[in-house]
Amino acid sequence: MTDLELFRKETRSWLENHCPQSMRHPYKSEADACWGGRNWQFQSDDQRVWLENMADRGWTVPAWPVEYGGGGLNSGQVKVLKEELTRIHARPPLESFGISMLGPALLKFGSEELKQQHLPPIARGEIRWAQGYSEPNAGSDLASLQARAEDNGDHYLLNGSKVWTSYGDLGDWMFCLVRTDFQGKKHEGISFVLFDMKTPGVSTRPIKLISGKSPFTETLFENVRVEKNQVVGQVNQGWTIAKYLLTHEREMIGDSSQLRAGSIPVSQAALNALGTDKGILAEPLLRPDIAGLEMDAKCFQLTVERARDEVKAGVSLGAASSMFKYYGTELNKRRYELLMAISGADALVWEGAASHDGHLPKSWLRTKGNSIEGGTSEIQLNIIAKHILGLPG
Amino acid sequence: MALVLNEEQVMLKDAARNFLRENAPVSHLREIRDSGNTDGFSRILWSEIVDMGWTAILVPEEYGGLDYGYTGMGIVLEESGRTLTPSPLLGTALTGVAALTQAGSESQCASLLPAIASGQHLLALACDESSRHQPGIVETRAEALDPGFRLQGRKIAVLDGHVANTFIVSASTGTGISLFLVPADSQGVTVERYPVFDTHAAANVTFDQVKLPADSLLGTLNHGQDALDRILDVARIGAACELLGIALEVFERTIQYLKDRKQFGVPIGSFQALQHRAAHLFCELELCKSLVLKALQSLDENPQGNAELASLAKARLCKIAHAATTEAIQMHGGIGMTDDLDIGFFLKRCQFLETLYGDRHFHLDRYARIRGY
Repeated sequence: MTDLELFRKETRSWLENHCPQSMRHPYKSEADACWGGRNWQFQSDDQRVWLENMADRGWTVPAWPVEYGGGGLNSGQVKVLKEELTRIHARPPLESFGISMLGPALLKFGSEELKQQHLPPIARGEIRWAQGYSEPNAGSDLASLQARAEDNGDHYLLNGSKVWTSYGDLGDWMFCLVRTDFQGKKHEGISFVLFDMKTPGVSTRPIKLISGKSPFTETLFENVRVEKNQVVGQVNQGWTIAKYLLTHEREMIGDSSQLRAGSIPVSQAALNALGTDKGILAEPLLRPDIAGLEMDAKCFQLTVERARDEVKAGVSLGAASSMFKYYGTELNKRRYELLMAISGADALVWEGAASHDGHLPKSWLRTKGNSIEGGTSEIQLNIIAKHILGLPG
Repeated sequence: MALVLNEEQVMLKDAARNFLRENAPVSHLREIRDSGNTDGFSRILWSEIVDMGWTAILVPEEYGGLDYGYTGMGIVLEESGRTLTPSPLLGTALTGVAALTQAGSESQCASLLPAIASGQHLLALACDESSRHQPGIVETRAEALDPGFRLQGRKIAVLDGHVANTFIVSASTGTGISLFLVPADSQGVTVERYPVFDTHAAANVTFDQVKLPADSLLGTLNHGQDALDRILDVARIGAACELLGIALEVFERTIQYLKDRKQFGVPIGSFQALQHRAAHLFCELELCKSLVLKALQSLDENPQGNAELASLAKARLCKIAHAATTEAIQMHGGIGMTDDLDIGFFLKRCQFLETLYGDRHFHLDRYARIRGY
């Protein structure tokens, strides 16, 4: 038996004993996710046990080094673990911007002190992180951000505001882009800082979306004290870290839009709702659009697969995260447009059984943000044009 | 199977690219056209292609071939799409060989495959009777004699029909259709060559009371539809490979032009209206690369084929290669409309391949039917 086969055998039997039965089903809705953090209320004992078991083994972040709370697994072992988790339909023990966004940036750019302070609580789901990037006047042009962190001796004083903070009201700490130099070029005066959201002067206001939900907040800073040892990397060099983190965010958005898309094929939804006539879908005008979407979705999935295989084979697709973010989110929007068309008037019902209490229209409305958050589709196309195709200026 | 080429396949791709760029670039196609070559391809180049071993890629070793698989053949076709190299590779080395290895008897394979591998024998699939691809509707009939058959009918738009030594013909035989191997020099066969606008040629072929021996039957009597579908699916994936090469080449040439061409004092590639269209097309082409490789690997894993993947590959490559060639003309502007520039050659070959063995509308419908809607 090879090492990897042995690892698979051990993993399988460990999961058998440590993954509670109720955690072996995909989420029924986004509300089933476990986000952790200081104020987290576990929805069940099983949810708590599953997180604790995985965190004890370092498997909430299997590829991170053991000293930072990770599993220290190599890429082959990580793949085996994923396969074994998928095999039993285990849900993720923890959803976390600390894992998907901040962690990789800290591992690459953080000082030893910052890694030791922040990574283990992320791995254990003890601290929930919020992202402070966009501002009211810095959206696509993120580098023009104006939140000011002024040098005040042994600390900075932060004033300004951030917007589109995902779950800002639930965050414990924030990773935040602030301006620490006010003279030079806009990209060169930005620092990447960390602070506790309980610090006096931090407040949040919910933003109500067109779907009726409020997953985002505006976050306001009034003379907020930021310790100087909480600057990641060099002062005024935060833009590099910001961009690195964005590539991870894009991959996460591209991936998750497809995870949701994976639930039920649109053609199946159409067959269920509309039936067939003479062996083909009873609504012939929808058919080419549905087939076109399913073809593109299949090719997208194959391309995700190819990108992973190419990384393993040592050749990289390059600035691929922009492609996956752009194409994945546009596909998800198309998918929901078709689901709305298939459901017709039923999809317009806000409360009631016909649309599962508005689940479909709310999801459709939410997808409109997919191609805006984490860098708009237009920004992704700019990146592809400049950095992959090498088109000028 | 990992969705990447292995080391040997990468070497084959490099060798194919170097050979074709050197010996058969687009200027070669231009020469064929301007010299009035009625074959539509160069016999000298064909013998060099045979020396490269490409006619033997799919032929099993016991018949003098390399048995190197569909992925290898697809790589060569993709590269020949980049250079628009005219040759019987698609019709004979891919489709013809697939027909024999999938449906042929041992004696049929033994008599034809070695001659194909050595470049001496060309095959042509004759399955279309209407201008839009409808391989299920067959008016051509083969009447059973004792022994043998008598073939009556007409096939149109036969790829390589004007140069083929043997036709693979679909004919109705009572309760179903059957496939036949028909030598081009049989009594009663009339070949009408006609020029195709991509500078290649094709033929309409009439079979008038053609007497066939019993061993001309390819596969099982009355069960030819399944075999024909499988052969066509191989041909469709081959066409998708060539379309991929065309699309990638024309895209790269267009990106270069966007960097070189100046208007308003700046390269036109600095305009966002063009950048976004180019970037979108880049994504579509990346998706096409994954799809074509998957389709080829599926043939290597199971030569019986995967009809869903074949229709997906043909439909999507038709659509995206069409977009790439038409965008190429538009982005090149006026110069793109001139015969002096090569871009128009890509547009024409692309349109030809789109029509061949079912366009994207045909395959969209087929894909949906296979998936139950």
